Amino acid sequence: MSAAIEVRGLRKSYGDKLVLDGIDLTVAKGTIFSLLGPNGAGKTTVVQILSTLITADAGEIRVAGHDLHQDPEAVRAAIGVTGQFSAVDGLLTGRENLIMMADLYHLGRAEGRRRADELLERFDLVEAGKNVAMTYSGGMKRRLDLAMTLVGNPQIIFLDEPTTGLDPRSRHSMWQLIRELVAGGVTVLLTTQYLEEADQLADQIAVLDHGKLVAQGTPEQLKRLAPGGHIRLRFTAPEEFALASQVLPSASRDEESLVLLVPSDGSVHTLRALLARIDDASLEVDELTIYTPDLDDVFFAVTGQPTANDNEKVTSK
Amino acid sequence: MANTAYPMADTATMLRRNLRHALRYPGLSLGALGMPVIMMLLFGLIFGDTFSAGLGGGEGFDYIDFLTPGILLMSIASGTMSPAVGAAMDMSEGIVARFRTMAIFRPAVLTGHVLGNVILTIASLALVIGFAVLIGFRPNATFGEWVLAAGLMVAVTVALTWFAIALGLTSKTAEGASNIVLPISLLLPFLSNTFIPLESMPSGIRWFAEYQPFTAIIDTLRHLLLGAPMDGGTGWLALAWCVAIALVGYFWAQKSYNKGTAA
Repeated sequence: MSAAIEVRGLRKSYGDKLVLDGIDLTVAKGTIFSLLGPNGAGKTTVVQILSTLITADAGEIRVAGHDLHQDPEAVRAAIGVTGQFSAVDGLLTGRENLIMMADLYHLGRAEGRRRADELLERFDLVEAGKNVAMTYSGGMKRRLDLAMTLVGNPQIIFLDEPTTGLDPRSRHSMWQLIRELVAGGVTVLLTTQYLEEADQLADQIAVLDHGKLVAQGTPEQLKRLAPGGHIRLRFTAPEEFALASQVLPSASRDEESLVLLVPSDGSVHTLRALLARIDDASLEVDELTIYTPDLDDVFFAVTGQPTANDNEKVTSK
Repeated sequence: MANTAYPMADTATMLRRNLRHALRYPGLSLGALGMPVIMMLLFGLIFGDTFSAGLGGGEGFDYIDFLTPGILLMSIASGTMSPAVGAAMDMSEGIVARFRTMAIFRPAVLTGHVLGNVILTIASLALVIGFAVLIGFRPNATFGEWVLAAGLMVAVTVALTWFAIALGLTSKTAEGASNIVLPISLLLPFLSNTFIPLESMPSGIRWFAEYQPFTAIIDTLRHLLLGAPMDGGTGWLALAWCVAIALVGYFWAQKSYNKGTAA
C-alpha cells in the first residue's frame, strides 16, 4: 500500500526569504497527520503547495499516487482543501454553496441536491442552509467550508488550521467531524498551532519551525522528547525566596519573578515530600503549580519558543 | 493545462454563480444599468437642443439619433466596472483558492464573469434603446443591419469585459479595481465622438479621439443603425479593435488568475 502523501526535499522561497528548507514527510493512507508549528513556520505554504495552489521550487511530491508536477489535475481530482480563511461564497446560501460544489464535481442535478441536503443534515446546517453564508458565525462558516470540501468525496483532505478562531464548543464539534472522516477511510493532513489539537487528533505529528521539520513521531514519541516535569513555586517575599533556595538546593531559580522550579516526576510521593520540606522550613509559598510534560514542553524543547496558547495547568493558591 | 472534460458545464456553473450574485446584490448592476439611461435623458432632453444648435445641426440633424449609438457604447463601457470588481473581490476571498485546487475547467471562473456581464449588458442596451426610442431615436436599419449592430455590440462587450477583468485582477482590492477600470468605463466614452462630432473638438483631443477604438466602433454603429456615411475600412477597424482588445484581455486575465499555481 503506497502512502497518501509523499514529500521529499520540498523547498520554497519568496525572493530572499526561505520559507521551506527541505521538508520530507510521509502520510499513510487513512490517518491524520498533523503539521504543528508557530505562526510563520511555513505550515500554510506546505498545504498550498501540496494542494496545487502554488508551485514548489524543488522537491518530489506525490499526492494520492500522482506526481504533483506532472499531473496536478489528477491530484486536484483526489483532494479537498479547507483553508485557514473560509472558502465559502458569502453571497450564496449554504445550500447554494453546496449545490455549486456538486455541479463542479458534475454529480448531476438530482444527486447534487441529494448530497447537499445530506451534508446540511450531517453538519447541522439544515436551517442555516437557507441563509446567505455571509451571515454565518465563524463555526458555521467552517462547518459549511468542510461540508463543501466533502461534496466530491475526496480521498485526501487538507485542513489548514481548521479551528483557529473557533470557540471551544465549535472546536470540539469540528474535531468530532474530523474523526468521523478518518473513520470513513479518508486521509487528513491538518495544520495547527494548537498542541492540544494535534494531541487529540493526530496519528503522526511533525513539528515545523522556520521552514524545517524539527521533530516527527506519534504524540507519545514526541512527549518522550520533552524534559522532565517539575513543580513551580512562586513567592511574594524575597526573604522567603532566599530561604527556600537554601532549603531546596536542587531547584532552578528565577530571581526576578521569585520562582523556583523543583524537578519532579509528577508522582504524589515526590509532591508529598516537597510539601513536607516546605512545612518543615515554614515557607510562605504564594502559588504552587505542577507541570507534567506535554506537547507544549516538546514544542518548547524542539523549537526553543513557547507556543501560542497557554494550556491550563493544575494550579493551587 | 486545462484538460478537464467539462468546460461548458463548469463555465455554466460559474455563470449561475455570478447571475445569483447580481440578482441578490443588484447595487452594482443597477448602477451600471441606470447610468447610461440617465446620460441618455440628460444629454438627449436637456442639453440636446443646445448641443444640436451649437453643432450647426439644423434640418436633417437629429441629436438623439447622433447620441444614441454613443450612449449604447457607454452602457457597455460602464458595465465593465462590475465584473472587474467582482473578479478582484473573488481573488481576495478564499473561494477562488478553493476553485484553484479543484479539477475544474481553469478559465471557467473568469469566463463566468464575462458571460454574466454580457447578459446584464444586453439587458442594459435594450433598456437604453427603449428610452432612446421614447425620446425620439428613429433608426432606419434593416433586420440584417440590426443583427450586425447587435453582433458588434456583443463583441465589444466581450472584449471590454475581458480587458476590464484583466485590469481588475492587477489590483488587490475592490476599490482598486473600480478605480483602475475608470479610464475604460468613463474616460474613453467621453473622449470619443459619443456626444459631439470629431470636427468640433480641439485638435489635441480630436487626434486622440480619432484613433481610439470607441470612435471607430461608434461610427460603425451609426452607419448600421442610421445609415450615416462611413469610410470603407471603419467597420473592419472596429472589429479588429474588438478582437485585439479581447485577446489581450483574455490572455492577460488568465495569466493573472493562474499566476504561481501548478500548471
